[in-house]
Amino acid sequence: MTIKNRDSFLNNLAANLGRPRRTESVERPAYSVSPQKEAWKDATSEELLEVFKEQSIKMSAEVEETTEENLPSLIRDLIVREGNSVIAAGGERNDLYGLTEMYEELESRIGEVHIYDSALGKENQVIAERADVGVTFSDVTLAESGTVTLFNDKDNGRSISLLPKTYIAIVPESTIVPRMTQSMQVLREKEKSETEKTPSCVSFITGPSNSADIEMIKIVGVHGPVKAIYVIVRDS
Amino acid sequence: MAIRIGDQPYEGRVKAGVDNTFMREAVSSAQGRFRSGKQKSSEELGNWEDWRTLGEEIRSHTLENIDYYLHQLSDKVEERGGHVYFAETAEEANTYIQGIVKKKNAKKVVKSKSMVTEEIGLNEALEEAGTEIVETDLGEWILQMDEDPPSHIVTPALHKNKEQIRDSFRDKKGYEKTDKPEELAAFARQELRKDFLSADVGITGCNFAVAESGAVTLVTNEGNARLVTSLPDTQVSVMGMERLVPTWEDLEVLVGLLTRSAVGQNLTSYVTSIIGSKLEEEVDGPEEYHLVIVDNGRSKILGTEFQSALHCIRCAACINVCPVYRHVGGHAYGSVYPGPIGAVLTPLLDGYEDHKELPYASSLCAACTEACPVKIPLHEHLIRHRQIIVEEEKKSPQTEKIMMKGFAKWASSPAAYKLSEKMARTSLKPWTKEETIEKGPGPLKGWTDVRDFPAPAEQSFRKWFKDRKKGEDS
Repeated sequence: MTIKNRDSFLNNLAANLGRPRRTESVERPAYSVSPQKEAWKDATSEELLEVFKEQSIKMSAEVEETTEENLPSLIRDLIVREGNSVIAAGGERNDLYGLTEMYEELESRIGEVHIYDSALGKENQVIAERADVGVTFSDVTLAESGTVTLFNDKDNGRSISLLPKTYIAIVPESTIVPRMTQSMQVLREKEKSETEKTPSCVSFITGPSNSADIEMIKIVGVHGPVKAIYVIVRDS
Repeated sequence: MAIRIGDQPYEGRVKAGVDNTFMREAVSSAQGRFRSGKQKSSEELGNWEDWRTLGEEIRSHTLENIDYYLHQLSDKVEERGGHVYFAETAEEANTYIQGIVKKKNAKKVVKSKSMVTEEIGLNEALEEAGTEIVETDLGEWILQMDEDPPSHIVTPALHKNKEQIRDSFRDKKGYEKTDKPEELAAFARQELRKDFLSADVGITGCNFAVAESGAVTLVTNEGNARLVTSLPDTQVSVMGMERLVPTWEDLEVLVGLLTRSAVGQNLTSYVTSIIGSKLEEEVDGPEEYHLVIVDNGRSKILGTEFQSALHCIRCAACINVCPVYRHVGGHAYGSVYPGPIGAVLTPLLDGYEDHKELPYASSLCAACTEACPVKIPLHEHLIRHRQIIVEEEKKSPQTEKIMMKGFAKWASSPAAYKLSEKMARTSLKPWTKEETIEKGPGPLKGWTDVRDFPAPAEQSFRKWFKDRKKGEDS
């Protein structure tokens, strides 16, 4: 890996600022206000859940609510309703939530069921492109904006939530936090951690893809999914 | 394309804008919708002024220490498998990216919307090298088809109507359906999917890079930036050197200010942070990642009274409240950066010579300053530009110079003033119809082209006032 022209470039900036180059011990100042820490400070988890639902609907997402027990059958029904093929993120949560078994059974009912498998390389993208439905879990869920956050990795490839026409995000209630502030704290912890690596891609997703580029008229479904369904799983 | 767009002089650009009735209506309605969206989503937050203060403090601290944070950023990107290139000029940046594209023998490049690549003229540079460039933002795709520059930094094709778009799609891409926006967008989706899947290189801009993590963050609604960063094997992100925040925590504050100010959404549909190349075992994402950090005139602004212009987060809130932009539209500014921020920034980046009129394209009403989410004193910068243009650069617009000279002579002679007062009604008689002038001569033409001018009154105000006083006294 290379870094080119850095010193001449940065020396010039320092010279324009009229001081020697700063290479260390710059501390962020204590900012005079911190409204992000005040927002939703006293909200209960029930209130946050309501805010999340309301915002998601406002952003054109469909919201479903279920229990852990009923999750597999609901996901199955939604997949069948939305099409004939599905690509889902891999990972241990599929087992934890009883989805692995459901996917195995579903294979005999619809055209294609694929669990993202990095060993297959680019084949995953080809499958995602033809799949009607993509399914992932949300890693952190933001109430204020109706947003699911994905820490993309080898099991949760970027294309699952992007290429299929319908995207289903499974939202465990415990992942719901007030706003982006809290998701950033999670990322900062990863940044400082010795053992964990920050993901190569963090995707904040709020509803289906859309555009207002033609006469300011909102069109849902441009490059990404045409439909987004959030399935909230209540804590048992 | 570079920062300057078109070769028409300022007056011609303004006239073209004022005469374009569809564009003016579209702009005016867009401004209204953007403004009410912003107001609603910022009011929901409750303490918008605190958020603005925080935004301003983060931006000031970052710019004051920009050398430190860019150093940190480049270390992080390298650590995560990326290459970093610092480009002082547009040419350096373009040559470097041309080099990547050539090395990869790339036939097709997909791009997501980026103002800085418009500014440096990257598309032209790559096309010269024989590569096909596909703009994938719906608005940019439309403009690319018509070889038209953007007129707004958030909705670049604001000046086009759906009939024009349908015709372009039909003539250039064989589109056969109607001018319904849904059908037009579905067609674009279908066409562009093929491009995404076959592209060798993806190029993005950068809304904010995070120094502590090397994360380049992209804010979109369409999802094209996600496709550009997920599918091609090689990816290049181009960032203006100031598009930077120290930490993840700062990122969040500025993203929230941006999405609320730009489109009135708490967040856009997609906010995507990309860190270097993909990790081992990962499939989606680039194998090879390059970050190009561009100066192109920005460093000259550091350490000057205009430094806060570099705080801009490109939300277009100032554009959406500007009464001048409403009437003349984006192209009249002759720069890829229109509106108040464009009028401040363009002369700083590209010199006064070709942009001396821009600081005058403002009524100094200060709505821009009030709208700015990071509190850039835009109208004060415009006043200062005017002072510099008049006092130091001696470049005030020619018509203003002549008028001012004439005015000084005329107004300093009471006899001349009185005479012209008397003459005004008589001399404008040939153009007067029922006390209004619809098609005025000479300097009046500019006014009467778009609205009527009242004919001078039979009696001057001074005379009327004198007579009235006489009446009172007696």
